[in-house]
Amino acid sequence: MGWAIAVHGGAGDIPLSLPPEKRLPREAGLRRCLDVGIAALKAHNHPLDVVELVVRELENNPHFNAGKGSVLTTSGTVEMEACIMDGKTMKCGAVSGVSTVVNAISLARLVMDKTPHIYLAFDGAEAFAREQGLETVEMSHFITPENIERLKQAQEADRVQLDYTQPIPKEVPKEAAVADGDSQIGTVGCVAVDSEGSLATATSTGGIVNKMVGRIGDTPIIGAGTYANHLCAISATGRGEAIIRGTIARDVAAVMEFKGLSLKEAAAYVINQVPRGNAGLIAVSSTGEVTMPFNTTGMFRACATEDGYSEIAIWDSPTK
Amino acid sequence: MGAWAIAVHGGAGVDPNLPKERQEEAKRLLTRCLDIGISALRSNLPAIDVVELVVRELETDPLFNSGRGSALTENGTVEMEVSIMDGPKRRCGAVSGLTTVKNPVSLARLVMEKSPHSYLAFSGAEEFAKKQGVEMVDNEFFITEDNVGMLKLAKEANSILFDYRIPAVGTCGASAAMDSPLQMNGLPISVYAPETVGCVVVDKQGRCAAATSTGGLMNKMSGRIGDSPLIGSGTYASELCGVSCTGEGEAIIRSTLAREVSAVMEYKRLNLHEAVDYVIKNRLDEGKAGLIAVSKDGEVACGFNTTGMFRGCATEDGFMEVGVW
Repeated sequence: MGWAIAVHGGAGDIPLSLPPEKRLPREAGLRRCLDVGIAALKAHNHPLDVVELVVRELENNPHFNAGKGSVLTTSGTVEMEACIMDGKTMKCGAVSGVSTVVNAISLARLVMDKTPHIYLAFDGAEAFAREQGLETVEMSHFITPENIERLKQAQEADRVQLDYTQPIPKEVPKEAAVADGDSQIGTVGCVAVDSEGSLATATSTGGIVNKMVGRIGDTPIIGAGTYANHLCAISATGRGEAIIRGTIARDVAAVMEFKGLSLKEAAAYVINQVPRGNAGLIAVSSTGEVTMPFNTTGMFRACATEDGYSEIAIWDSPTK
Repeated sequence: MGAWAIAVHGGAGVDPNLPKERQEEAKRLLTRCLDIGISALRSNLPAIDVVELVVRELETDPLFNSGRGSALTENGTVEMEVSIMDGPKRRCGAVSGLTTVKNPVSLARLVMEKSPHSYLAFSGAEEFAKKQGVEMVDNEFFITEDNVGMLKLAKEANSILFDYRIPAVGTCGASAAMDSPLQMNGLPISVYAPETVGCVVVDKQGRCAAATSTGGLMNKMSGRIGDSPLIGSGTYASELCGVSCTGEGEAIIRSTLAREVSAVMEYKRLNLHEAVDYVIKNRLDEGKAGLIAVSKDGEVACGFNTTGMFRGCATEDGFMEVGVW
């Protein structure tokens, strides 16, 4: 038993041919966030603080679909959502429809800590952020040229783009869409457990490219994209609608509890229940185990455990 | 062919001092809704259509906390939310922050069937409603005199306490509150307005469906989302069962209550009644809530750890029951 931490930057149809200029900054981002998390755990910070800290870093990194670098709605705006949960107390906080708050995950934390509610959205969430004195900026702060381009392509292709790192080919026959990067999905997340077995999870996202204004995904829905209890902490990523229907995050813990499976087995079991190409998750258990299964082509991810193990990977085999 | 079953609820957590006429009114409404559902089932309407039909009726009637008669936000306005789920493929739809849509449950159904998403909220949801041509009205339509009065009392009772396990007796001035030291979510039960509505149905083909609709917590912050529109918390339906919950939203979310019933049936192999009992006993800790559920085999069950729950249920073999306590 010892501490463990995992982070992710989204699961999806990440093509094996991903060019270095798209791959390297993300790997570097994952490595840096992992290191931030490890340092925080070593300094005996509470896992709740650790996951918030790490997700803030991921939100500030424009290469991931959260905070700065969030994908755009069909109106070209940014609507971010985030969720945080404490495994020991089962307290949780979530926000949706946030457009000016620099770190949505911190707003979610404040909803958890400073209100009798769990979930605030849109104008109400923004008003609360200001009341609490959180850092807010013009929405343009979050919008990157890459995402403006992605939105344009999605609208031209007239469909909802779940891929956020590859341009949509103009005419892609359904069968060929597999490895062309047309269905990659992005979200960021972090799960952590300390050496006392306290667990926490945090997830943050801009959603899916060209989403309808007002669309809410799985990230802020407790039990779908985010969940933690005394057994484990989970953060999921992928096709939101499939993750909601499958109550993915909750199921990992339920399967551990009710079927007596280990963390790895439970996580694999749950991912296998979701149609291929739709989901991935990171999870840690109270005993310091970590697992990062996915049924998509790839998932930007990294993890580390107290015994010195660490891994950064995108596809099936670690890159280092 | 299996047997149908249906259950409806009008909220868990009832003021023991609720006047008899109110209780009778509630029972009459629940009976009427059951009858509507039963006719629909006898005409072979699929479960998903039946739940929508019944919840529309509950939303239209101003008695309970949904649609017209919804609880008010701290600003005196109405923000409604719903989720609906169809067991067979676990399709789902949800909406939050509705202010002008006459029947929120029908919009949730449209999200499920006519949009590429599962959940739409606030102005985006209203835009979608306009495009779909659903009936829209002014926000005032949903506001009742009763609830304007309740909001005043809730504000006097010092609104929602942060730690809702601390009794408010002694700090609140509303005399009504003093009569009922029972509390839910920090509010005296007389002003709490827990009457979220819901319906669960299993049709003759064994298909389950569920829907939950509400105006939310009295005096809530604008933008506050509760358990009702959250799949897995307030509502859930699978091949095995359909569940709709009501009560302290935060407690229901934390325990993913609706999903729990189905998970416990699936993974622990409990039957519907055992699953409902287990979940109410073991998953709520200090939270107060109730739920109704049906199974693919035509069973119906309800459970609650609150003082009362407005509910009604009926099965094909002629069983029918409407209750408050």
